Amino acid sequence: MNETMEQLQPVVASASAPEKLLTVENVTLSFGGVRALSDVSFDIRKGEIRAIIGPNGAGKTSMLNCINGFYHPQAGRITFKGKTRQRMRPYDAARQGIARTFQNVALFKGMTTLDNILTGRTLKMQRSFFWHLFRHGPAMNEEIEHRKYCEEIIDFLEIEHIRKTPVGRLPYGLQKRVELGRALAMQPDLLLLDEPMAGMNLEEKEDMCRFILDVNRHFGTTIALIEHDMGVVMDISDRVVVLEYGHKIADGSPDEVKADQRVIDAYLGVLH
Amino acid sequence: MDILYSIFVDPFVQMGSAPDLLAQTLWEGFVGGILYALIALGFVLIFKASGVFNFAQGIMVVFAALTLVGLYEKGVPAFLALALTIGVMFVLAYAIERAVLRPLVNQPDIILFMATFGLTYLLIGLGEAIFGGNPKVMIAEQLYLPKGAIDLKILGGVVTLQKIDIAAAIIAIAMIAALSLFFQYTRIGRALRAVADSHKAALSVGISLNQIWVIVWFIAGVVALITGIMWGARSDVSFALQVVALKALPVLILGGFTSVPGAIVGGLIIGIGEKIGEFYWGPLVGGATESWLAYCIALVFLMFRPQGLFGERIIERI
Repeated sequence: MNETMEQLQPVVASASAPEKLLTVENVTLSFGGVRALSDVSFDIRKGEIRAIIGPNGAGKTSMLNCINGFYHPQAGRITFKGKTRQRMRPYDAARQGIARTFQNVALFKGMTTLDNILTGRTLKMQRSFFWHLFRHGPAMNEEIEHRKYCEEIIDFLEIEHIRKTPVGRLPYGLQKRVELGRALAMQPDLLLLDEPMAGMNLEEKEDMCRFILDVNRHFGTTIALIEHDMGVVMDISDRVVVLEYGHKIADGSPDEVKADQRVIDAYLGVLH
Repeated sequence: MDILYSIFVDPFVQMGSAPDLLAQTLWEGFVGGILYALIALGFVLIFKASGVFNFAQGIMVVFAALTLVGLYEKGVPAFLALALTIGVMFVLAYAIERAVLRPLVNQPDIILFMATFGLTYLLIGLGEAIFGGNPKVMIAEQLYLPKGAIDLKILGGVVTLQKIDIAAAIIAIAMIAALSLFFQYTRIGRALRAVADSHKAALSVGISLNQIWVIVWFIAGVVALITGIMWGARSDVSFALQVVALKALPVLILGGFTSVPGAIVGGLIIGIGEKIGEFYWGPLVGGATESWLAYCIALVFLMFRPQGLFGERIIERI
């Protein structure tokens, strides 16, 4: 609760025995007759950056939605931190340490940047309702504590100048950054990023890349991301899983995936 | 010409010649408006947080007041009855979340709206079954609400202020201020605003929608209780009060469904507007304008500002 960003230890990458943070086994998800995911299995190791790529409609976002409990797969198992779950609600996912951002930014538009990031601390604030009612004693100290943590995130993401601006008024690139800030405020074990660079210009993309790498290296946060920009994906991710029409067609290091014939076919199209 | 004179000139001449009467009318409109605003506030809170247009808000006012008086009549001391009624409103909020909102989540808005109709009739039936259908007298004295009136000798005449009206205005203003501080500065207030903005994002940061819904309906219930006490003290407690609660509709149209300041300003406009209209223009049409004038004001607003004074502008991409 009281730890600040500096106190968090950088995680030393231990290549010897990669610990699995999340395992997805044979997950199948359909909406009516439409199969969004068929028998997909992969895992995410602790401390890595894992990319999920694939053409439009491949089921990438559906996969993220399954992981954080928005969707419930009809078949298959998802194990997070050694615990296999049956039907998990997004609330439980957040409790267990999964944070996420959305493809089309989902911020609280009427609230300021600072307030948005503070909502990320919701689960960390445990003082009772009545203390908060009076903003007194322990609740006040707690509020200050969380405020401090959020200010550090704001510094880290270089958004000091918009702390008090209602986020609805911010340009898209900054909104994406605020959304990342809110997810970071949760101090997640697993951070899911749905197209963090979509719609950004080159400079904004470079900034976002830097933030993602920094989050991963300095806080040891495991990251799973969906991204269309292949240059970015191949640069920053440790391992890549490729989906097409809800099936997994490749899984491995960026170089392995790049060389895979099925991936090339999926992206470039193939003559039948 | 006579008719034009009596519409456009005469009322203002009257206002100028008897400012004490004008002040009296304004004051009564102000108090009525504040109470409308309280009812509208209940609607707005629930609409923002759960996207439900709660038709039952008016009946919640009556039900709360009835529970309070009914408990007192059954021999419970006044303040204990007040505490118990607050408890009842919490149980009601919890039950509504469990039995109505949760099973109907993600259904079209109209279905939830219809469900609140059902809730209305359930509450009417429940209230009558337990406490009987006869009008009751609010236990204002036992709750130490002031009685009697103050006569102010100003503006060349006498303006009479009922003490209960003054108390109502003060309590209402204090409650609105407390609520806005609560929303602005507390964790739960922040969570409530978050839910109002985006359910999806709120879920992803670990806010429990179910918990928030219970809290919001509970707050709306407490607002309803306080409104019920005030209205009840001015007239009496009966199901006829729900007609008054319908006045919240024009207030909402004026203020916008999503704006708390809108509910307050809308309430005041409607409250003052209908009193002034009744007093100065009412005689032209034989009186009794109070029952419909508010709706006419709302219609005019709908034509020019369909999103309300403070509502969010509706911009849609085609």
